[in-house]
Amino acid sequence: MQIFHRSTNTVAKVSIFGSIFFLAFFGWVYSTLLRSSYVTGQYVVKKQPVPFSHDHHVRGLGIDCRYCHTSVEKSSFAGIPPTETCMNCHRQIWTNADLLEPVRASYRDGLPLQWTRIHDLPDFVYFNHSVHIAKGIGCATCHGRVDKMPLMFQDASLQMEWCLSCHRDPVKNVRPRQEIFNMSWQPPADPQQAKALQARLAKEYDIHSLTSCSTCHR
Amino acid sequence: MNPKKANPMDSVNAKGKCEAAGVRPPEPARLDLAEVRERLRAKRGPEFWRSLDELAATPAFQDLLHREFPRHASEWTDGVSRRRFLQLASASLALAGLTGCTKQPVEKIIPYVRQPEQLIPGRPLYFATALTLGGYATGVLAESHQGRPTKIEGNPDHPASLGATDVFTQAAVLTLYDPERSQTILRAGRQGGTWGGFVGEAGATLRALQAINGRGLRLLTGAVTSPTLAAQIADLLRRFPEARWHRWEPAGRHQSAAAAARAFGRPLETRYDFTRARVIVTLGADVLCEGPEGVRYSRDFADGRRVRGDRQEMSRVYAVESVPSHSATVADHRLQLTPPQVEAFTLALAQRLGAAPSGGPVVSDATAVRWLEAVAQDLEQNRGASLVIAGEYASPAAQVLVHAVNQALGNVGSTVYHLEPLEADPVDHVASLRELVRDLNAGQVELLLMLDGVNPVYTAPADFGFAQALQAAQKNTVLVHHGLFDDETSEYCHWHIPAAHELESWSDARAFDGTVSLIQPLIDPLYGGKTSHEVLAALSNQPDVTSYDVVRQFWSTRLTAGGAFEAAWREALLKGLIPGTAASPTPAALAGGAVEQAAGEILAALGRVEQGQITLLFRPDPAIWDGRFASNAWLQELPKPIVKLTWDNALILSPKTAERLNVSFHETVEVSAGGRKVDAAVWILPGVAEDTALLTLGYGRKRAGKGTGQGFNAYALRTSNALWSLPAVQVRGTGGRYELACTQNHHLIRGDEVNEDALATEAAAERHVIRTGTLAELRHDRDFIQKEREKPAADDSMYPNYKYPGHAWGMAIDLNVCTGCSACVVACQSENNIPVVGKQQVLAGREMHWLRIDRYFAGDLDAPQIHHQPLPCMHCETAPCEVVCPVAATAHSDEGLNDMVYNRCVGTRYCSNNCPYKVRRFNFLRYSDKDTPVLALVNNPDVTVRMRGVMEKCTYCVQRIEQAKIESKVEHKPIAANQVQTACQQVCPTRAIVFGDINDPQWDVTRWKADPLNYGLLEEINTRPRTTYLAKLRNPNPLLEPAEGAEHGHA
Repeated sequence: MQIFHRSTNTVAKVSIFGSIFFLAFFGWVYSTLLRSSYVTGQYVVKKQPVPFSHDHHVRGLGIDCRYCHTSVEKSSFAGIPPTETCMNCHRQIWTNADLLEPVRASYRDGLPLQWTRIHDLPDFVYFNHSVHIAKGIGCATCHGRVDKMPLMFQDASLQMEWCLSCHRDPVKNVRPRQEIFNMSWQPPADPQQAKALQARLAKEYDIHSLTSCSTCHR
Repeated sequence: MNPKKANPMDSVNAKGKCEAAGVRPPEPARLDLAEVRERLRAKRGPEFWRSLDELAATPAFQDLLHREFPRHASEWTDGVSRRRFLQLASASLALAGLTGCTKQPVEKIIPYVRQPEQLIPGRPLYFATALTLGGYATGVLAESHQGRPTKIEGNPDHPASLGATDVFTQAAVLTLYDPERSQTILRAGRQGGTWGGFVGEAGATLRALQAINGRGLRLLTGAVTSPTLAAQIADLLRRFPEARWHRWEPAGRHQSAAAAARAFGRPLETRYDFTRARVIVTLGADVLCEGPEGVRYSRDFADGRRVRGDRQEMSRVYAVESVPSHSATVADHRLQLTPPQVEAFTLALAQRLGAAPSGGPVVSDATAVRWLEAVAQDLEQNRGASLVIAGEYASPAAQVLVHAVNQALGNVGSTVYHLEPLEADPVDHVASLRELVRDLNAGQVELLLMLDGVNPVYTAPADFGFAQALQAAQKNTVLVHHGLFDDETSEYCHWHIPAAHELESWSDARAFDGTVSLIQPLIDPLYGGKTSHEVLAALSNQPDVTSYDVVRQFWSTRLTAGGAFEAAWREALLKGLIPGTAASPTPAALAGGAVEQAAGEILAALGRVEQGQITLLFRPDPAIWDGRFASNAWLQELPKPIVKLTWDNALILSPKTAERLNVSFHETVEVSAGGRKVDAAVWILPGVAEDTALLTLGYGRKRAGKGTGQGFNAYALRTSNALWSLPAVQVRGTGGRYELACTQNHHLIRGDEVNEDALATEAAAERHVIRTGTLAELRHDRDFIQKEREKPAADDSMYPNYKYPGHAWGMAIDLNVCTGCSACVVACQSENNIPVVGKQQVLAGREMHWLRIDRYFAGDLDAPQIHHQPLPCMHCETAPCEVVCPVAATAHSDEGLNDMVYNRCVGTRYCSNNCPYKVRRFNFLRYSDKDTPVLALVNNPDVTVRMRGVMEKCTYCVQRIEQAKIESKVEHKPIAANQVQTACQQVCPTRAIVFGDINDPQWDVTRWKADPLNYGLLEEINTRPRTTYLAKLRNPNPLLEPAEGAEHGHA
């Protein structure tokens, strides 16, 4: 007496193998989702009180990063310019532009502008700008071609695997210190030359792979 | 951090009297002291012990010893109904699914409009300022992160600090943000008032008083050393010649001032120079951890006791006392006498040294007689380099005798010096307050202004009836109270003005040596507080003058180094003090007849003493002082240095006295004397003399923020003629029970217990976590500690050894100079955002302090020696915690740190289970207060605020290490030797802790670790701790302790 129909075998096989595929698929969906812009915020333009264009100010006008981000060489935080910095120029030019009204209002009323944070690491991560600058890591390495961003967005995923990809092998991202703020710097096209340059700089700048937990988590 | 506001699920009930508590661990059986003694006789107990339970080896203690946390620590102790359980279970199920979908919230960056000049966002600024205790200043450097003060460090240039601070100073930032501080001006009937309203009403009263020269205008303050405030008050008194200025400092130096007045004819202040003292005798005094000069004294004292390398010298310290003091825990000899016997010993010593007229066999006890001879000989051999200290708590008569003794020994001008009073217009505080009460009762006061947090309703001597006087005066007198808290006194007042905290104020004050220290604000008043200067200015018709104007104005005429005020002012602000303002010693001659009178007085008092009478001692609380810090949760939860109680005080009795009274731990008693009584709970402390009880001040408060309702009010028994010592009190058991939260049995470790397996040998059982020896032993055999060590070989591990080509961080702690003051514990809490858990959680063994100080007793049950051992994480080379973590949340760093990664931790607690040192702390609940926005400001931005369910522990202040490394890399120069300091090291008044790179011989830590006294804790189990200890040495007098009997480790 047969309790189950013969086709049950097929159903059993399919469901056993199917569940493996299903789990693998679920895993793939999950890991893809975690790396997606939806979660990481990569490439997402956020609304700001003033549609500030790095493209215009950096590429167009040639203003150095450090004119606004003054503490980038001294502190963990690169610094967001006080309203006063904006007004240094904008009390002279575009003094009546509607777009700049929030800036003028801030200066007038003494109330700070409230920018939406683009590069936002979790609170248990302690990133320090100054040491990366000192070690010859360029702005563009992490922030991308900011000079080509009319509106600011996050260029890298800023996930731990992304941090570690460099921390495990920092040499590949080293550039000469004088080129740090140069948005368009490229390593020599010849791989041999590039390698030689990076090896030399790594030695000169005393660069090591730092992957202890407490390097970033405190 | 604000236990009251946590949500019910995370209930952290700070004020739990036992009846309010939920389900508690079952009450242990009452400890039978007779049985403990019996057991001790039958079997030698452990050489060092933490509690009577340990000595008795009670089953409860054995259980604690073997557990990672006390039983029930890991259990849900609040009663949970079935309905509630289902709610929680379903909620957590739902939330568990949701966690995968959380996205980081969008955050704002808010830059300045105009950025302050010196400020670099992300980097702290340090401002030199000062914090006062009882009117006297300690210079500090306050760390400010974008305008919010987060941490206090000592000011290395300030004579009262030399870079270190005490517990109160460390905890000041929490008081600054305390949401329980009063935040609005209150007027009669508790309505909100306005500054303008106050100025108008007080102004009108003053104008009326002007006509009668200010008769009826009264001012009440604590001790005032501020030159500016003194000048303002003097000005007020000039305008109102008949006004009176009263003083009341509850824990001030009343008896010392009285004694000096009797001995020298004027209330001189006495100061000590420990750097020149080779023999020190304390007679009931605790000079190391009490009062505003304690930090400086601790440093000088420790420098005389430090044995390092070739310096095999140390001072010799004798302590004669009734209750264990900090100085006694580092003394070479301790003689435990009842308070009258201490006075008798003082007299006998003075007689023996020829400083007092002889007469009557004052000391008859054989031990005391032997002591007397030994101490006297030692003192005589060190004339001019010895020091006898009676301190504030000794009777004025005994202090007079000690002044005479120091003169006779030629110590005055060498180790002892006198200063003209530093307090402005010094008066006898007790008499001054008595006069005020008399006039209040007589209706002669029109306007009473109580400045700067003075709280006489709570702190005035009980016989004054201050509350009644105030109540009676309410009808005809305008009562004004100005203070940080809306407290017991403000309740009676017509006006309450919130005070600005010292970190919000401009002011000045003198340090213990007279140095004028400038106080500058780090932040605008958070709660609209006013300084005393502003209140007084308002009464001078200048309501809009700021304290900055007042202080600057005052100094503008006095601080003119060559006419350049601005430069001198800036220099003083930068340094935090005005150079050259230290008081110079003043010659003091003993008044004729003072000694004879004092001797007679003591003899007469001794004649009145009856056998078996209990003397009740009052002392400022080591954690909350006179009660002013009652609302500070860091201080409330700090295990009190010797008793290890938290959140409460208790009536502290000796084992014998408790036996006689038939009372035990946690049992309530009624303490009565002269018709006054107080209910208290009992705590038994070995080391307290027989017939002596101790009740610290500051507890039993009715209106004190978080301190409300904790502990028992000692002021209710403290009278004007018994400020520190109340003879003949009755103590009667009332059969109740009040659960006291004591941490002495938490986080137990014991060498012999860890070694249960094959490693255990007799030798291992002998080896304790505390190692002691004598100076003679060290001189005889430099390596006597090293010979005791059992260090497994370097390759004795299954794992390969780590290599540290760069830095290797390590720590060494010198047990020889640790006084147990606990400043390190609070500094660690402040630096590392360590939450407060509340009394109920402490009872469950869940306190979160990363650094604890274990207190051990040694020897006799009734008169033990006391040892302190600060215990941070050991950062083991072969760390047992690392190998058991299933998610690698605790990992070895390439510089040898045992890193803790909060974001990885899933809370299995295997690590803490496997830690032989029990240094790991688990967030059983959400202890960090995230519901009170203002408390977020006190957090150190460089350290993660931990969430519920993660493990945490000492990181060696890794944020400071990383900062130093980053700075060195940015500036392209190596980290200089001793440049990285942990918070505990930086604050330590005695410099007992040293931290640094043990790979580099330039660092102090490397030298300390090479010292022959260096040893590791439980190193025989091959954990290879990075934190090591320097053994504690004693320098006993051969007359009291013959050398051959001086086997190390024995009392």
